[in-house]
Amino acid sequence: MLKESQIEDGYDEWKSSLGMERNSDFTTLSGKPVETLYTPLDIASEDYARDIGFPGQYPYTRGIYPNMYRGRLWTMRQFAGFGTARDTNRRFHYLLDRGMTGLSVAFDNPTLMGVDSDDARSLGEVGRTGVAIDSLADMEVLFEGIPLDRVSTSMTINAPAAILLAMYVAVGEKQGVPAEKLTGTLQNDILKEYIAQKEWIYPPKAGVKLVVDTIEYTSKHLPKYNPVSVSGYHIREAGSTAVQELAFTIADGMTYVEESMARGLPVDSFAPRLSFFWNSHIDFFEEIGKFRAARRIWARLMRERYDAENPRSWLMRFHTQTAGVSLTAQQPENNIVRTALEALAAVLGGTQSLHTNSMDEVLALPTEKAVEIALRTQQILAFETGVVNTVDPLGGSYFVEAMTNRMETGAREYFDRIEELGGVLAGIDAGFFQREIADAAFDFQEELEDHRKVMVGVNEFVDESPIDIPILKIDPEVEREQVRRLRDLKAQRDNACVAAKLEALRDAAARDENVMEYLLEAVRAYATIGEMSEAMKPVLGVYREPAFV
Amino acid sequence: MTENPPTASAPIRILMAKAGLDGHDRGVKVVARALRDAGMEVIYTGLHQTPEQVVRAAVDEDVDAIGLSLLSGAHMILFPRVLDLLREEDASDIVLFGGGTIPDDDVATLKQMGVAEVFTPGASLDSIVTWVRENAGGRAVGTITAPSGDQS
Amino acid sequence: MTNAAPNSLVTGVLGGNRRAAGRAISRIEAGGSQAEQLAREIFPHTGTAYVVGVTGPPGAGKSSLVDDLAQAMRDGGNRVGIIAVDPNSPFSGGAVLGDRIRMTRHVLDEGVFIRSMGARGHLGGLAEATRNAVAVLDAMGMDIVLVETVGVGQSELEVAETADSTLVVIPPGLGDSVQALKAGIMEIADIFVVNKADHPQAERTMLDIRDLVHMDRVKRPWTPPIVKTVATEDVGVADLWIRIQQHRQYLERSGLLEQKRRRRFEREIVDIAERRVRERLLLPAAESDTFRGMLDRVVRREVSPYEAAETLMPVAAGRNR
Repeated sequence: MLKESQIEDGYDEWKSSLGMERNSDFTTLSGKPVETLYTPLDIASEDYARDIGFPGQYPYTRGIYPNMYRGRLWTMRQFAGFGTARDTNRRFHYLLDRGMTGLSVAFDNPTLMGVDSDDARSLGEVGRTGVAIDSLADMEVLFEGIPLDRVSTSMTINAPAAILLAMYVAVGEKQGVPAEKLTGTLQNDILKEYIAQKEWIYPPKAGVKLVVDTIEYTSKHLPKYNPVSVSGYHIREAGSTAVQELAFTIADGMTYVEESMARGLPVDSFAPRLSFFWNSHIDFFEEIGKFRAARRIWARLMRERYDAENPRSWLMRFHTQTAGVSLTAQQPENNIVRTALEALAAVLGGTQSLHTNSMDEVLALPTEKAVEIALRTQQILAFETGVVNTVDPLGGSYFVEAMTNRMETGAREYFDRIEELGGVLAGIDAGFFQREIADAAFDFQEELEDHRKVMVGVNEFVDESPIDIPILKIDPEVEREQVRRLRDLKAQRDNACVAAKLEALRDAAARDENVMEYLLEAVRAYATIGEMSEAMKPVLGVYREPAFV
Repeated sequence: MTENPPTASAPIRILMAKAGLDGHDRGVKVVARALRDAGMEVIYTGLHQTPEQVVRAAVDEDVDAIGLSLLSGAHMILFPRVLDLLREEDASDIVLFGGGTIPDDDVATLKQMGVAEVFTPGASLDSIVTWVRENAGGRAVGTITAPSGDQS
Repeated sequence: MTNAAPNSLVTGVLGGNRRAAGRAISRIEAGGSQAEQLAREIFPHTGTAYVVGVTGPPGAGKSSLVDDLAQAMRDGGNRVGIIAVDPNSPFSGGAVLGDRIRMTRHVLDEGVFIRSMGARGHLGGLAEATRNAVAVLDAMGMDIVLVETVGVGQSELEVAETADSTLVVIPPGLGDSVQALKAGIMEIADIFVVNKADHPQAERTMLDIRDLVHMDRVKRPWTPPIVKTVATEDVGVADLWIRIQQHRQYLERSGLLEQKRRRRFEREIVDIAERRVRERLLLPAAESDTFRGMLDRVVRREVSPYEAAETLMPVAAGRNR
């Protein structure tokens, strides 16, 4: 082992021998400078036990389980959902037959916004970017033939998440599956909506109240269910840097923890079921550093700041999706390569589940062939490359450890600034996050235009070949059919019962009660998402977008 | 005696609009900033606008052009609706352009209908700014006739 | 309709035609003889609208407040015009005008007209273009016109000169720097609004403003009330609207409204005259050889700038020396 002084001498000698560098950008995707070389000197203050540790042990830098993928591979969970519930159900069976191990549901824009398919604002949007769900009737069709006690379902929904959860429970009831047996994840991270994805109904305080309602309800009735997937994916897609993604997401997580504790829930009663959702972008090592730092930061916060005692409260479980925003419409086959590399970063970063994007996702919802390739990408990673043979293979790399440290430092600087503002809700109100993201997005665009950053096929290595990937087009009949179904439902159900349930729901919200039981009642009576969302508006308010551009 | 001249040509006014229920505003905000940096006045509608709201804003703000951003796939319904409403409001001289994940053959159809230009992913800010400057500045030119003595 | 004679635009505005109003305001903004022509023709049809100015430092939540106020005014049966002014970049000349994002609920209301204006860096031109835009909305039939500006540069003072009632909106959390707020801003307020009143520092801010108001009380008979609002939750806005109406009644009964408007016209006339003198006489005079000769002498320190300025006068008056 070289002594530190010997390394320093060697380093100086090496440094003086450096030749000219290429005229290229040696910063990360987020603009952070990267050194030519990393040595033990860069991580000299690291204490292996304190900072790196062992997988499955605090602070979990190397992974949350002792043997990670040798014990169990990540879940290969491909997002799906389009058209009617019947179409999506068919796609689910297709994927399950081909080896997918968990379901992930994408909803259409009206559903995401808590709006019914026959609403004027839904015009042209029903069933386009996901499945249209208006009522329990649609959910029943969606999961037909799929036993909810044997399949884990992730639902990517936020503003009306509590309603969808109630529907999921109700479908389980109809199948004879008790709530305690249901497994899955609800995205249900409303804070990032105000920051990045912009799918909201109520103002932030009310939005958080509903999230805490679901946390409370699942901690008591759905012990196997993850009520919140605190998300960085969308923040990154909106244009943030890697550090911003890391910091803002964890700050959101902290807010949910604090709000839940403020309601009297002991931290260990719900924290083990919080999970995260990260983006895996194209700058390979920056992403790996980000994932490792995320685990370490969260573990430290949960233990030191929130005094969680159950180790399962300390460990950060997360799902990852490869970066949609890194994909290009030009030369779309290149996207297969990008996705594969981003997936590799996620695996080397220790993700628990992974969605790989399809190459044609830039233009429209993916075709079956493209989806298959995306799934095979994960299977090749898992079964051919050997990267799963050992835990955290990059641990100990001077560069990766330095990058991990730098990510944590950067995140903590943001935590300080957010605290000065008065917390995440105050920050949202002040437009802090939105401005940081808009600035980063604009800066990146300028870097692209100046060719300081390269996107192959877009601003370099361009060719004139036409785009001829077959594009999946949604039949406009889908919207008409869905509207018809909805109309029939409204005619056939007991409307007096629905009205009574909606009123009870509104009253419960007014009394600041947990609304989950009332939502369940309304769901069972076949109230629609739009009706339930509207019912709570007079009490919870309506959000108006702040004027920041 | 010279009549007081008009101020150096009034800036081009653009309405950047997000129609439909999707919340992706990264692109529209980046373009808004670029247009501002190019000296234009950009009015942003905010998210979740209906075609009616977009056209009403365009008319009241008397913009030279509307930049409509649509990433929800509903472009074949919403763009034509905006065109129809502009016609109804006697405002067809307002140029309509757009951006989003719009396939090529849809772009062609939209242009036939009257959408002046559609920018698909990867279009450079420069190209958008140049296009807007060249195609949306109609009224800055020709508004003020050359003064010569009295103007009644 | 681009080159329509001002006449038909005016007819449209008087008939409440929105397209005409939008066009008219654009023409006003463009300045020049067509703008003046339009302003001249519109003028006899103004005088009905009551103008409320809303100003204050950035981050005070003015847009939300204006949105809420407009609703309260609509509920009272008034037709409301809103002009939101933002500064243009001094470098590019461009601007992003985002205030109407907050006012989406009023967009399709036939009784509301929202217009975003860039300050365009005119020398005192903000006031003239805004005044004339207000006139268009007035002539169009608006009962109340809200003029919102962000508190940078001279804009607050200019707004106060255009408005009948001026609201100064202050965000909480300024702490001791309420005193640091620009000197003029405290004097122009007819009503203070502490928005985001649910903020922990709101109470402190209120007290700070109250202190300043008390120190000032000797000079004016109307003591500006301080209203707390939480615009994002529509709290306190009804109270604010009542205060505005009270201020209006006070101005009308005391005859001060007449005085105010008279003073406003006086300033407006002088502003226009100044602008014309500048554009038509002074600037061209500064191109003259006589002046250039004087400038050379100033550079050589033979005469002072004062004497040089004097030479602009006779040249400007058209007499040759």
